[in-house]
Amino acid sequence: MNAFESLGIGIPAVDPSELTGWLIVIEGPDGVGRTTHVDLLRAHLERQGYAVAETGFTRSDLASRGIRRAKQGNTLGSNAFNLFYATDFADRLEHQIVPALRSGFVMLTDRYIYSLIARAIVRGAEPDWIKKVYGFSLKPDAVFYLRVEVGELARRLIYSRGFDYWESGMDLPMGEDLYDSFMHYQKRLIDELDVLSREFSFHTIDATRSVEAISEELCSQVSKLLQTGRSAETGNGRVSL
Amino acid sequence: MSTPGTYGSNLKPYAGRLFIVEGIDGSGKSTQLTLLAQWLRSEGYPVVFSEWNSSPIVKATTSRGKKRRLLTPLTFSLIHATDFSDRVEREIVPSLKAGAIVLADRYVYTAFARDVARGVDPHWVRSLYRFAPVPTRAFYFRVPLEIALKRILGGRPKLKWYEAGMDLMLHGDIQESYRGFQSMILTEYERQVQEYGLTIIDATRPVEVQQRELRAAIRPYLPELREQALVP
Repeated sequence: MNAFESLGIGIPAVDPSELTGWLIVIEGPDGVGRTTHVDLLRAHLERQGYAVAETGFTRSDLASRGIRRAKQGNTLGSNAFNLFYATDFADRLEHQIVPALRSGFVMLTDRYIYSLIARAIVRGAEPDWIKKVYGFSLKPDAVFYLRVEVGELARRLIYSRGFDYWESGMDLPMGEDLYDSFMHYQKRLIDELDVLSREFSFHTIDATRSVEAISEELCSQVSKLLQTGRSAETGNGRVSL
Repeated sequence: MSTPGTYGSNLKPYAGRLFIVEGIDGSGKSTQLTLLAQWLRSEGYPVVFSEWNSSPIVKATTSRGKKRRLLTPLTFSLIHATDFSDRVEREIVPSLKAGAIVLADRYVYTAFARDVARGVDPHWVRSLYRFAPVPTRAFYFRVPLEIALKRILGGRPKLKWYEAGMDLMLHGDIQESYRGFQSMILTEYERQVQEYGLTIIDATRPVEVQQRELRAAIRPYLPELREQALVP
């Protein structure tokens, strides 16, 4: 397995060849079960003896509070929100993801730049601009895309936590109430993720199946990836082939 | 200058005018802009003042990042772009649409100078600010480094960590680091004079002489605007 590559300019002052871990991304819309699958995958990998770390949106030390505050009042400009998320992501990339990869961890991330790019595009950002902004990101080893149609998402949410203001795109809004807006907004997000999926070669996983079936597919695919990436000589860390 | 995909491509025509001032600390640009605002107001123009790093929501995060020294060159760049974007969307563009004269103390050129001095890719940061409207006129207050340093270091010896570029570890002494960092920023400003056609104001001259020059430079853009703004 080769050294990490960046999607664009890279991270200032970081040499990707020093990063020996793996970066695995779980993508998919809100309510598809990403968190559950990250947890199951983590347990599976730890049973196999891998050191695992994880991160997800708005978990940065720098920007998480600010984003939470901005969401409460809906008082931040829409493009500023896009860049606030980029700041949060950059902080996590530099302070969580890179250190974990440097120590040879398997880094599981609950969504990555793709969801952020999709939400920006749905809010009117130019696709090539927002992609270029994220040019500092590392290219993950694999992106698993948990895919369902929007109708299925809505059905799952009424059985669980209901519709959230932001997940329904009510800042735009895209319909007269939470439900209408949710349907339009999430449909647009899924469409954008589908486009990104082709562009960045995601592994699409049919997420309409049972949790067990999905998890089994995810775990076996990740295990296979990690095994082929291991150096036969040292048995430790990724190597360039 | 209007290459698509980078700063300079947002040339939307607005009813208002946007004048901005740039220059290193101690160049006297803020004094000049304040004087300009007073004059424009006394002439009856609607004036909106926009300051660098002042979006209420984003500011708290920036301050936190600075105080706790959490910012890297990359996040320093992004948080300032976030702040600026919020001001563009909620302050600058609406005011320009309404026909106001918007005066900005520092603009994208500050980011291009500081971020690139910190090692951020120059093309990337220029593309990051693609959304920014291009000013009607941009003034660069040019001053030799030693004069600016004397003004700043003479009057206010308490320098802040990032302001002095201490994160770059150029020098252990904060004043020495500040000197080095300001000199790098000055180089980046000079690079932009040609690139963006910044109007140079010689900031070594008396305040009132500079002010006369500044007023004369913006006057041609004004009369028609006033009539427009006064139409009910």
